Amino acid sequence: MADLITNFFSGPIPMEAYLVISLIMFFAGVYGFLSRKNLLMILISVELILNATDINFVVFNRYLYPGQLEGFFFALFTIAISACETAVAIAIVINIYRNLNNVEVDSLNELKEESTEQPES
Amino acid sequence: MSIVNLLKLFQSVTYHSSLITQHYIPFFCDLENKLYTGSNIMAQQIIFYILALIIAVFSIMAVTSKRLIRSATYLLFVLLATAGLFLIMGYHYLFAVQTTVYAGGIMVLYIFAVLLTQKPGEKITPEPLKQRVLAIVLAAAGFLFCGYIIVNNFNRVYTYVALDEMNTKFVGQTLMGTGKFQYLLPFEVISVLLLACIVGAIMIARKRS
Repeated sequence: MADLITNFFSGPIPMEAYLVISLIMFFAGVYGFLSRKNLLMILISVELILNATDINFVVFNRYLYPGQLEGFFFALFTIAISACETAVAIAIVINIYRNLNNVEVDSLNELKEESTEQPES
Repeated sequence: MSIVNLLKLFQSVTYHSSLITQHYIPFFCDLENKLYTGSNIMAQQIIFYILALIIAVFSIMAVTSKRLIRSATYLLFVLLATAGLFLIMGYHYLFAVQTTVYAGGIMVLYIFAVLLTQKPGEKITPEPLKQRVLAIVLAAAGFLFCGYIIVNNFNRVYTYVALDEMNTKFVGQTLMGTGKFQYLLPFEVISVLLLACIVGAIMIARKRS
């Protein structure tokens, strides 16, 4: 810790600073995911979470394994996968909007078929 | 033994080995004898702290905003600042991919989706207080736990090797190569995944006549 403080403005940026930034972004995404009702808001929170893990991968690659590229390529593929997942999720959201005219998670149970009443013995 | 030779030795020793703790070198030079001195480090620090502030403030504003289009805009700023962080670390190709794909492609998709499913300027009703308090408690608990792990490991030393920018030719050869540590197979798998997602998204969202 003393080493960190004495080298705070005189050395390269410490790795823990990057980790704290991605920590803030990750838990902002977790808060948004757990507390918002709108489906698009939930998807935006998922994007924040994925972006935070991208930063983590790249930082660990740069600081701990500078000669190798595994973290770099993992982040690259994660960006591509996130694009795919966003496209499919937004297609689903648009389909839900066409059927229900709003995109809140509370109203999704209106998509259920109405079952005929059957008394369970 | 000069510092350059020491660094080359470290580089070759750690290339195929697992994590070993190394001594923190207070000043450093890259493998072509350029010395990084005071003003360059200061500029890097200032830019990093500006980007870090942007990320922290705008990611929290994005998840607590009452208007959806503003959340999408704040997310755009967060993604651009993340691309800036990649640029500071010297990964120029990843900066370009992050800007074009994430900030340029995915955010446009989000803005389309927001404008297709909402009247513009409409405010979202706030969620029930119980749900928000529970979410804050869980997020804060996780934040403190992970923060504790990070703070506990401050004294682990690592070597910051100052590299040149990542060579795009090397990235290309690694992405398309079939040797060890090369990534042709994940590249082909990603292309199949992209095809599946394109077909799936079109099938889901087309108009049923």
